[in-house]
Order: sequence, then C-alpha cells, then structure tokens
Amino acid sequence: MNPLELVRAEPGPAFTVTLDGREIEALPGQTVAAALWTAGVTSWRTTRGEGRPRGIFCGIGVCFDCLVTVNDRPNQRACLMPLQPGDAIRTQEGTGHDD
Amino acid sequence: MTEPGLAVIGAGPAGLAATLAAAARGIRVTLIDSATEAGGQFYRQPAPGLGARRPQALHHQWRAWERLRDGLRAHVQAGTVRQVTDHHVWFVERRDTVGFAVHALTGPEQEQPAEIRATAVLLATGGYEKVLPFPGWTLPGVVTAGGAQAMLKGGLVLPGRTAVVAGTGPLLLPVATGLAAAGATVAALVDSADPKSFVRRSRALAGRPVKVAEGAQYAGQLLRHRVRTLLHHTVVAAHGAERLEAVTIAALDRDGRLRQDTRRRLVCDTLAVSHGMLPHTDLADALGCRVDGTDVYVDDEQRTDVPGVWAAGETTGIGGAALSLTEGHIAGRSIAARLAGRAPDPGEWAAAARTRAGLRAFFTAVDSVYVPPAHWAEQVTDGTVVCRCEEVSAGAVREAVRELGAGDLRTVKLLTRAGMGWCQGRVCGPGVAGVAGCAESAGRRPFARPVPLGVLARAGETEDQ
Ligand SMILES: Cc1cc2nc3c(=O)[nH]c(=O)nc-3n(C[C@H](O)[C@H](O)[C@H](O)COP(=O)(O)OP(=O)(O)OC[C@H]3O[C@@H](n4cnc5c(N)ncnc54)[C@H](O)[C@@H]3O)c2cc1C
Ligand code: FES
Repeated sequence: MNPLELVRAEPGPAFTVTLDGREIEALPGQTVAAALWTAGVTSWRTTRGEGRPRGIFCGIGVCFDCLVTVNDRPNQRACLMPLQPGDAIRTQEGTGHDD
Repeated sequence: MTEPGLAVIGAGPAGLAATLAAAARGIRVTLIDSATEAGGQFYRQPAPGLGARRPQALHHQWRAWERLRDGLRAHVQAGTVRQVTDHHVWFVERRDTVGFAVHALTGPEQEQPAEIRATAVLLATGGYEKVLPFPGWTLPGVVTAGGAQAMLKGGLVLPGRTAVVAGTGPLLLPVATGLAAAGATVAALVDSADPKSFVRRSRALAGRPVKVAEGAQYAGQLLRHRVRTLLHHTVVAAHGAERLEAVTIAALDRDGRLRQDTRRRLVCDTLAVSHGMLPHTDLADALGCRVDGTDVYVDDEQRTDVPGVWAAGETTGIGGAALSLTEGHIAGRSIAARLAGRAPDPGEWAAAARTRAGLRAFFTAVDSVYVPPAHWAEQVTDGTVVCRCEEVSAGAVREAVRELGAGDLRTVKLLTRAGMGWCQGRVCGPGVAGVAGCAESAGRRPFARPVPLGVLARAGETEDQ
C-alpha cells in the first residue's frame, strides 16, 4: 500500500521539474516538498551557521526549516509552494544568496 | 465605501462553521485562508490535481466535511460568501470609521499585498504543534506529527518507510494509524503519558462517550497494523549523520525521569514527534485582544474583548475539531445577531453551548494526562540546538542564564538570538523557556507573517484616506 493507492488516486499526467539540474517527476498539485519526498529527497538546504542539512519539519509553513530556491528565488517554503512544469529547484546553502 | 460584512480568517472547522452560520442568517462573509483549499488541518484534502477518488480513506468524520463543503459551495454560488484562498493574513488593522482592514500577502512568493475590508472579524486561525528539543531533533527525517499528517493528507506522500511516532497527546493516534494505513511501518507509538493518570481522570474522560469510542477505534486500528504502543516512555535522542537512522527511547520512572536500564534503539527513517499544540494568537495580539496564557480570551458568545472581533476554534484554546465546529457555530450566530443590531438569544444555541462546555472539560482532563516528562530539559545536552532558525545551543541558553543572569525569555532572546530567526520563536519558544528554566510566555509578534518592507511601507496608504 502507498498513499496514492489508499485514496485510489488518478492523478493528472506527471511532469518534469529539476533539482540541481537533475530531472525529477512531480504530480499536479504537489508541493515542492511532496515531490522531493517522492523522489526520496528529505533534505534540501544547509543552515547558515553550521551548514547542517534540513528539510521538512512542521509541514504547514510555521517553522521555515524547508527553505529552498525555486526559479532563482531563494527562501521559498517548500511545504507550501505548488510546483509547475519546468520549475527549477535548487538546494539552498546558507541564506541562498551568493554572499 | 464598499459593503463590508464579516471577514473570517481561517477556513478550518471553526471558520467554516461560523461562515455557514452567519451566511445563513443574511451576513455577507469573506472567508480568507492561506491554503488553496478550505478545510484547515483536520479536513485537509489532497490537492485536486492528485485525483483522489477515495479521499475519505485518510479521514475521520467525512460526512461532517461533506456537509460543510456543500454548504460553502452553495453560499459561494449564491454570492453570500466570497472565498479568498492563498491569502496569508499578516495584520488586522482597526479603523475607527469602517471597522477593519485585513492585510494579506498573496502570489507565488507571497509578496503581493491585498486588503479586505470588514465590519466584523472572526479569528479562526487554529494552532500549530509544540515540539520540545532533544539531541538529534534537527535531523532531516524528524518531522512534527501533524506535519507528517499534513504532507500525507495534502500531498499523498510519506517521509520514509519506517516511522516512530512519539511525544505526547491525542494527535499521535490519528498520525500513527494514518501513516500505517498509507503503507509505512510504524515501529512504535511512544507516549510519555502515564497510564495511571488515565485511571485517575477516568470520570472526566468517560463523560464524553463519543470521544472514548473514538479512542477505542484508534486502539483497534493500532492493533490491526501491529503498532506497538509504549506508554510512559519517551524519545531520548535521534541518531544519524545526514538524516535520521534510529532513535533511542526509554521508559520513565514515577517522577518522570529516565529509567536508564530501559534504553533501547529503534531503527527508523522517520520520527513524527509532537508534545501538544499551541494556539495562533498573533493576529489577536496585534489587535490588542486579551490573551490568557496561550489562549485568546472569549466570552460565552465567542467575542474577544475588542469590539467587533470574535475568535473560535483552537485560537481560543486547543480542543480538537469537534469543539472548533461548535465554537464556530456559536460565533457565527452571535455575529449575525450583533451585526443586525440586536443582542442574540443564547437559548438559540443552548445545545451547542452544552457541547462546548462538555468538550472543554474533557480536554482539560486530556491536557492533564498528556504532559511531557517532568524532567525533559535534563535530557537536552549542551550541544543540542534549541533554536532551529538561529542555531542556538542549549549550552548557550544555559550560559546566558547562569553567567549573564538572564531570568526571562526576552532577555535570553536578546543575549543568545534564540527566537529571532524566521519563525520568530514560534517553534523554539517552549523549548528555550524549559531549558532556561523560565516561564513560557506567549510571544508578542508585531505581524503574523514575515512582511516585505515595501508592502509594509505602503500598507498605511489607502484610497479613502
Ligand atoms: C499540522 C496539523 C495537523 C493536524 N492533523 C489533525 C488530524 O489529522 N486529526 C485531528 O483530529 N486533528 C488534527 N490536528 C488538530 C487540529 O488543529 C484541530 O483538530 C482542528 O483542525 C482545529 O480547527 P480550527 O478551525 O481551530 O483550526 P485549523 O483547522 O487549524 O484551521 C485554521 C486555518 O487558518 C488558516 N490560517 C492560519 N493562520 C492564517 C493566516 N495568518 N492567514 C490566513 N490563513 C491562516 C490555516 O491555513 C488553516 O486553514 C492537526 C493540527 C496540526 C497543526
Ligand atoms: S516545513 Fe515548516 S515551514 Fe515548511
């Protein structure tokens, strides 16, 4: 059993986005975080101070642990942001700005 | 001037119930939520693009949701309710002449400003989870219990294959059964609650037979999925290099200290953890509403102490979806009467008021059973990060208290930066307070969301000034 089977999902056609240039598949309606989890990725940024890996923590937009760069915009919350075909996700180091 | 009516902020059980009750009584309602769909946390739906044909498989009380959803649809079609999605409210401003201006951010990056006028406001923003720190809690793979549930219900995804669900509180039950039903192996449900306190509270708990039956239902599901339940146990640490690989758990003694000889390691790639919930109070705070402890104060009609502002659901205290529905229903009726210029007749909602009283008493009893281990802070090693955003360690917080004399959360924050990051202390507040040994105070935040400076600068300029 998986979650899609549990609810008998018939998703619209999958589309491609990229994570650091690598192609991954996403389903319509999925957030950045959901697509990354499906691809087996649970961490996509490192912290500003100690460079530690982080991903989803609260899942609802409160904690800001899931920050990620999408289409060159850093600091987007992956748990809230729905994906569009062709979106370019980049793992984010520190503030995500080239500083 | 436009024709403002009621602005409901939050489309969870409380906001939906209030919207329907008020709209049915002739009030024009604008229902605002940051999510793309109505439902809030309890009725969170899979994104429509995922084409779920049996979304109820992830839900309890689907019927109640269908009634709310259909009611909302009918009102939206009839033009009595305007539903505004993807709007993150960051501030509600009181205007003497025209009531209120609700300020929101919208757009993919949530940077475009939007303003909604209203003569009355209902705050129904719900709550979020409290997680106390322990070594390893920042590792990827450690998520909040509700967060795992939200990702599952909304995105139809699991964080990993083998999960431990831990902490304390009634939310752990739907999360453990939900993850198991969706195909994860749940290695254990670890709750620090002491079975003896269930017995001591049995009268108060048995006073709500429906709730007890709900508990029994979960127990059956846990059995069916072979989920081991360990009561009076706690997570001591999460282990892993780049992501979670295992957790150490241990039993608690009578005083709430670890029984060292009972430590054991469970292999898992997911830890769903929660130590209870906290109400969202930022908008109420900024409006000047009275907040008692962590809860927005309301009277019997769900009115705050600021004229024109009502509050319902978990904003006013944590108590689950059924209580939120009841409070929303009462608020909607009260608002309808007050906006029509008359005092409502509480006799109209006598049954709802009884339900509300019963559920509040029930959750008071529940709260006294589901408590974190008394000595949890002793397990937080000096090297443990307690403020996730600013990466402040427990050692730094202790030093601020011991060497620099910080005696309250505000001083700790100024000396260590704990609570100054993106989340504004929402996540670390209770943990930092516990480690510092000072009182947990409701955080005072000027805004409910981070606001771009440009938006802030323009927010005061409105067309009718
Ligand atoms: C992550 C999470 C998952 C949960 N899952 C379950 C579960 O599976 N089962 C269960 O029994 N209980 C669950 N709960 C408990 C749940 O909080 C309540 O039972 C119930 O949903 C509370 O209803 P409510 O109407 O008070 O608030 P909520 O349902 O939380 O609704 C509040 C709404 O307000 C919106 N909102 C908040 N702030 C703003 C803002 N500033 N601007 C715009 N919109 C805003 C939110 O998007 C949300 O839709 C969960 C709680 C959390 C935090
Ligand atoms: S996971 Fe907390 S904000 Fe996204």
